[in-house]
Amino acid sequence: MSDATATTSSSPAGYAGSALAAVPRAGWHVGTVAAVRRETPNAARLELEVETWPGNAAGQHLDVRLTAPDGYTATRSYSIASSGPSTRVVLAIDKLPDGEVSPFLVDEVRVGDQVEVHGPLGAFFVWRPDGAPHASTRARPVQLIGGGSGIVPLYAMAQAHHDALDLTPFRMLYSVRTPDDLYFADELMALEASDAFRLDLVYTRRIPEGWPTPAGRVTREGLASAALPADERPIVYVCGSTGFVERVASWLIELGHDPRDIRTERFGGL
Amino acid sequence: MQHVDGNAIAGPLAEFFAFDATTAVARCNGCGSVAELARAMVYTSPAGSVLRCAECDQVLATLVESEDRAWIGFSGVSAIEVRRG
Repeated sequence: MSDATATTSSSPAGYAGSALAAVPRAGWHVGTVAAVRRETPNAARLELEVETWPGNAAGQHLDVRLTAPDGYTATRSYSIASSGPSTRVVLAIDKLPDGEVSPFLVDEVRVGDQVEVHGPLGAFFVWRPDGAPHASTRARPVQLIGGGSGIVPLYAMAQAHHDALDLTPFRMLYSVRTPDDLYFADELMALEASDAFRLDLVYTRRIPEGWPTPAGRVTREGLASAALPADERPIVYVCGSTGFVERVASWLIELGHDPRDIRTERFGGL
Repeated sequence: MQHVDGNAIAGPLAEFFAFDATTAVARCNGCGSVAELARAMVYTSPAGSVLRCAECDQVLATLVESEDRAWIGFSGVSAIEVRRG
């Protein structure tokens, strides 16, 4: 049996073939809202049941397209908080004050509503467990750095890491305004109980009672002390507003990280 | 205008290519640097999206979508590399 045949036959359905198919093929699907709950005062968690969904890797996103009765369409990208072969796709959506799509998804949408989704999208800002097909980051420790709703794809990676019983060291630095604004608070606390995962929280506006440090943004010094050092060669995933990602990425380079080891996902904003 | 990363246009690019083009590696005509399209800077307006080289700001590609058609031009890319396996 040739190597190529062996590779193909050992890959799970949907992930088979060359790196050109390193993630399931993107397509348009109809999703039905299966569950909706408040995630934070300004965000909602949506579970979509997408019967034709081919599965997705941790860190991928999808585009949601809404169509008004007059035919006007609006499309926005959202990171996926879930991963694996499941057809249940979890999103956590921050409401933008002047948004065309997010206010509907956060405040209006109800169980049973249908939305068009395009995905899964993006094979660059992804993490795969050790031993998985196309696990390009094999045996490299991982530093996740998220600001606000930028935590969503990083949570997907941390949960995938935990579910795969992967022992690669994982650290997450999560910058959030107040304790009320934490996404996936219960899930992250549960992950933190595991030896292979460490969570560092930075509150920028208000701290919980008894918190040892005052409220304030992530600083270069804070990043240097919380993040895995450059000499451990971590893969670093940074997701947040464009300003947050720019600051963090430039500090990481100053701290000696190879720019090729830094993967960023900016979502605009301030 | 606030830019995002090449990752962000994986959806529109999927209208053109049968694989995830954001992981394709492109060489910039301006400075010769080589990087995944996901690492390019993307500036989006109602007219469309412009991809610029993260190193030298040269325009790599432009993307315009309408209701029934989409256009893409790689004016600033001299070569694209796609991994086969």
